[in-house]
Amino acid sequence: MARASGARKSQFRLFGLLGAWLAHHGHSFFSTLGRLWRTPVATTMTLGVIGIALALPAGLHLLVTNAKTVSGAWESALQVSVFMEPGVAAPEVQALATQLKLRPEVGDTRVIDPQEALAEFRTQSGFGAALDTLRENPLPAVVVLTPVPGISAPGQLTALVDEVERLPNVDFVQLDTRWLQRLFALLAIIDRGIVVIGVMLGVAVIVTVGNTIRLDIQNRRQEIEVIKLIGGSDAFIRRPFLYSGFWYGFGGGLTATLLVAVALLALEGPAARLAGLYGSSFSLSGLGLTGLGILLGLGAFLGWAGSWVAVGRHLRQIEPT
Amino acid sequence: MIQFDHVSKRYPGTQDALSDVSFNIDAGDMVFLTGHSGAGKSTLMKLIALLERPSRGAVIVDGRNIAGIKRSGIPHHRRKIGIIFQDHKLLHDRTVFDNVALPLVVAGVGRVEVRKRVRAALDKVGLLDKERVLPITLSGGEQQRVGIARAVVHKPPVLIADEPTGNLDPTLSLEIMKLFSLFNEVGVTVLIASHDHRLIHRMGKRFLTLSKGRLVESQLVLNAGGDNGQG
Repeated sequence: MARASGARKSQFRLFGLLGAWLAHHGHSFFSTLGRLWRTPVATTMTLGVIGIALALPAGLHLLVTNAKTVSGAWESALQVSVFMEPGVAAPEVQALATQLKLRPEVGDTRVIDPQEALAEFRTQSGFGAALDTLRENPLPAVVVLTPVPGISAPGQLTALVDEVERLPNVDFVQLDTRWLQRLFALLAIIDRGIVVIGVMLGVAVIVTVGNTIRLDIQNRRQEIEVIKLIGGSDAFIRRPFLYSGFWYGFGGGLTATLLVAVALLALEGPAARLAGLYGSSFSLSGLGLTGLGILLGLGAFLGWAGSWVAVGRHLRQIEPT
Repeated sequence: MIQFDHVSKRYPGTQDALSDVSFNIDAGDMVFLTGHSGAGKSTLMKLIALLERPSRGAVIVDGRNIAGIKRSGIPHHRRKIGIIFQDHKLLHDRTVFDNVALPLVVAGVGRVEVRKRVRAALDKVGLLDKERVLPITLSGGEQQRVGIARAVVHKPPVLIADEPTGNLDPTLSLEIMKLFSLFNEVGVTVLIASHDHRLIHRMGKRFLTLSKGRLVESQLVLNAGGDNGQG
C-alpha cells in the first residue's frame, strides 16, 4: 500500500518535473523572442546580415532554375532538319520520315516538300520577286525531326545526327545545338558555384549568430554566474541562448524570403518584356512553399548551430567566484 | 553535516589560503566563521559550495565527499546549499518574486508550487508586499533579505553566508542574524562568515576562527553578550 502510494507519488513528481521542463522551454521560446523585440535596432541589423547571407544563394538558385526553365523550353522547340538530296521522290521522303519516327530518340517527324519550302521561303525571306525568275525550285525536301523531350546529353543527339547523315538520299543534317550545350554546361558550373557560395554563406550565418550570442553571453555574465551559484544546470543556462539563435536564424530566413520576393518583383517586368520579344509566355517562378520552408528551416538550423558553438565555447569560461 | 578533514587550498603562485583545516559541524548547528580579511573565510565557503576544490584533504557535505562530484553534478550539489553573499548577487532586471523563484525554477519546480513557496519565503523575511518591485528600489537591508529568501526558498539543509551583514548597520545586522537563527531553529545547518565579533558574541553560538589559513580557535560562546572571545 505504502509502496503503491510512493510509486504514484514519484510518478506524479515525474509528471510535475516534465511539466516544469516543458514550461521552461515554452517560457524560453517566447521570452527570447520578447528580448529580441526589445532591442529592435541590434536585432534588425543581425537579421539583415543573416537575411542577405541567405538571400544570395537562394536568389542565385532561383535565377538558375528560371534559366533552366527557359532553356528547357528552347530545347523542346529544338528541331533537327534532314535535307534530302535534290530530286528524291516524295514517296521515298515519306518512307524515310516513317522510318525515322520509329527511332526511340525521335518524337515526331514532319515532311516539308520542296513546294511547301519554297512557299515558306517566299513569305519569310522577302525575295518573292527574285524567286519568280527561277525556272525550277532549287529547294530540296526536308524531314524535320523533333527529338523526344529530355534528350539533353550532348552525345545522344550528335550520334543521331551522324547516323541519319549516313542514310541514303540524305544530303546533310543540320543541328544547331552547340550553343545550347554550352549554356547547359555554364548553368551546371553556376549551379555548383551556388553550392560553394551557399556553404560559405551558411558558415557566415553560423559565425554571425555565434558572435551575436557571444556578446549576449558577455552582457548576461552576472546572470549566468548567479544561476550557476544557485544550482542551474548547463542545459538550463544554455536554453535561452539556443532559442535566441533559433529566432535569429528563423528571422534571417524570413528576411531572406522578403529580399528574394522584392528582387523578383523588380525583375518581373523586364523578364516579361524579354519573354514577349521571344514570343514566349514565360514568367519568373518564385521560391514556392517548399523553397520558403527550406529557407526558414535552414535559417533556424544555422542560427541554432551558431548559438550552440558560441554557448559551448563561452559558457564553460564563466564560473562564479 | 559539514566536515573538513585536513583540508588545504593553495592557489597557483601563492601561499596556502587554507592549511590543514579540520572541523565538524553537526546537522542543525549554527556556527560562525571569523577571522581577519584574507584569513581564508571566503575560500572555506567556496570549498563547501564547490566553487573551488581543495588541494589536499577531504570536504564532506551531507555525508558525501564532494571531491567525487563531477562537473555535471555540481548544480545538484549546490541546490542542497543556500548561499548568501555580501553583495546579494540579485538580478536587477527581474522582480523580487522572480529573483526568489530562481532556485525553484532551475530545479524544475512547477508554477503553482513556486508561487506558494516564494510567497512563504518572502513572508518569512517580511517582504511579501515587495514581490513585484525591482531589487534596485529596495534598501540594502531589504536586498539582503531578498537574498536570504532566495537562499532558503528551496529548503536546503545547509545555509552558508559570506559576510551577510558587511554593509549593514548594527540594528539591521542583528535583524538579519536573528533571521538566520530562525532558520536554524527549524533544523537548517547554518554557517556564517563574519568579522563582526560583537554581533557573534551577542548571538552566543559556536565559532571557528581562522588566521592566515589555519584554524586557531573553535569554541562555543556560553555567555551571550560576553566578551570572552578573541578574533
